Amino acid sequence: MKMAGFILLTSGWAIVAAAVALLPSPGARDAFVLAGVAVELFGLALAIRAHLVLPAEGE
Amino acid sequence: MTPATALSVPSLSEISAITLFCLTLILLVPLANVGLALVNTGLGRARSAAHAMLAALSVTAVAALVYAIVGFASQGTAGHPDHALILAGKSWGWIAAQPFFLRGVRLDLSPDALVILLQMFSVGLAGLIPLSSGADRWRLGAVCASTALLAGFTYPLFAHWVWGGGWLAQLGINRDLGRGFIDGGGSSTIQVVGGLTALSITWVLGPRRGKFSAEGIPAALPGHNAVLALLGCLLAWIGWIGLNSASAMVFLGAETGRAALIAINTTLCAAASALSGAIVTRVRFGRPDASLIANGWIAGLVASSASAAFLKPAAAIIVGGVAGILVVSAADFLEFQLAIDDPGGAVSVHAVSGLWGVLAVALLSDAGPSGQWLAQLVGIATLLGVVLPLTYALNWLLDRIYHQRVDREGELQGMDLFELGAGAYPEFDIHGDEFLQR
Repeated sequence: MKMAGFILLTSGWAIVAAAVALLPSPGARDAFVLAGVAVELFGLALAIRAHLVLPAEGE
Repeated sequence: MTPATALSVPSLSEISAITLFCLTLILLVPLANVGLALVNTGLGRARSAAHAMLAALSVTAVAALVYAIVGFASQGTAGHPDHALILAGKSWGWIAAQPFFLRGVRLDLSPDALVILLQMFSVGLAGLIPLSSGADRWRLGAVCASTALLAGFTYPLFAHWVWGGGWLAQLGINRDLGRGFIDGGGSSTIQVVGGLTALSITWVLGPRRGKFSAEGIPAALPGHNAVLALLGCLLAWIGWIGLNSASAMVFLGAETGRAALIAINTTLCAAASALSGAIVTRVRFGRPDASLIANGWIAGLVASSASAAFLKPAAAIIVGGVAGILVVSAADFLEFQLAIDDPGGAVSVHAVSGLWGVLAVALLSDAGPSGQWLAQLVGIATLLGVVLPLTYALNWLLDRIYHQRVDREGELQGMDLFELGAGAYPEFDIHGDEFLQR
């Protein structure tokens, strides 16, 4: 889950970067940037959740 | 550069008043580092206090050396050669192509020399941030190695994109997104990069022994010296005024007269943030909490950095007020909901408030035309999508090669005795973990 989270974080950024670099139309560009950010937030949630496992005995 | 040209330093009369003013502001920046080191130490435990200060000194030393040797070569300055990708007919700079060891740079108060000086201090400031999250369990050798990765790679890479004429700065020219990604004083380049490194460190190290019970309930491990932490806040304030003013002049070309506005906004932001933090803690806990108010003050400074040059004073108060509420809420959320053990609150203070500061440029400042919000959003997406995975991967790999967390014995004994052989307060009793709430 940790790896999936980080892959989604990077993939979301790739969507954002590609949209900014390649899409000339402002509407489509803005939509793809927002979609990329949403993918990143999902990835961040996964990465955080993967680190939620608490060690026994409170270490 | 030949030795002869290196020695041809201009006389005082040849140096402009603006350059001297800028140099003076830059020389205030180390006070921010001192302040942050004191805050980190004060919010840590007594048995690791000497270790915390020595780690701060080590970070400053490693960061300056590594940045001078390799970091500046990757960051560079705008207008100098860099490696660029050509996409859809546009050139996007991604890493600078300057020589190592500061070769080829005029070190005679030229604009490049001022950038290098400012950045040597700034990268040290960024390196101090993770110390707070790794307190009481992060080995000194690992601190130095992790700082070298930050100063040699992560920081210069992102700083090139923002301050070195890289692709984030080019969003305005290439894609008509406002003035491109704007960060006047380093809310993103220094603070969020440091804050995300701090998050990576908490994940790599894990929580302190005894911090969480088997049921996941966090124990209170209060800082050992509120006086140090609060004194650190006041010193950091002076340093931040220099940092925000000098960065805006050096990187954004702000005119000298704007330094007054920047200082006013920086102060208002910190003040509003500390007070809103005080109000929130007073309402929630029945009394103001010194450590959270200290965090609120620093969070206000952090949030001010990106936009202090562009805000009206009333907007600066809003930026600070929100930062104070955010930092207290985020600190609670990270500890109670996400089980992140961040002793000094580095993630909430530097990452969360820094992100808010970056966003505030688009929401509240008069920085530029429409499209600025998208440029700021792309910058935030880059911090989360590139800097966080990169810094986590680097520190995870480092941990595989050189274990970053101290042994169990070291945690029980305290970092001072275990790693340094002597405590910071040899004439005082230092308590173990017997007072922890269970």
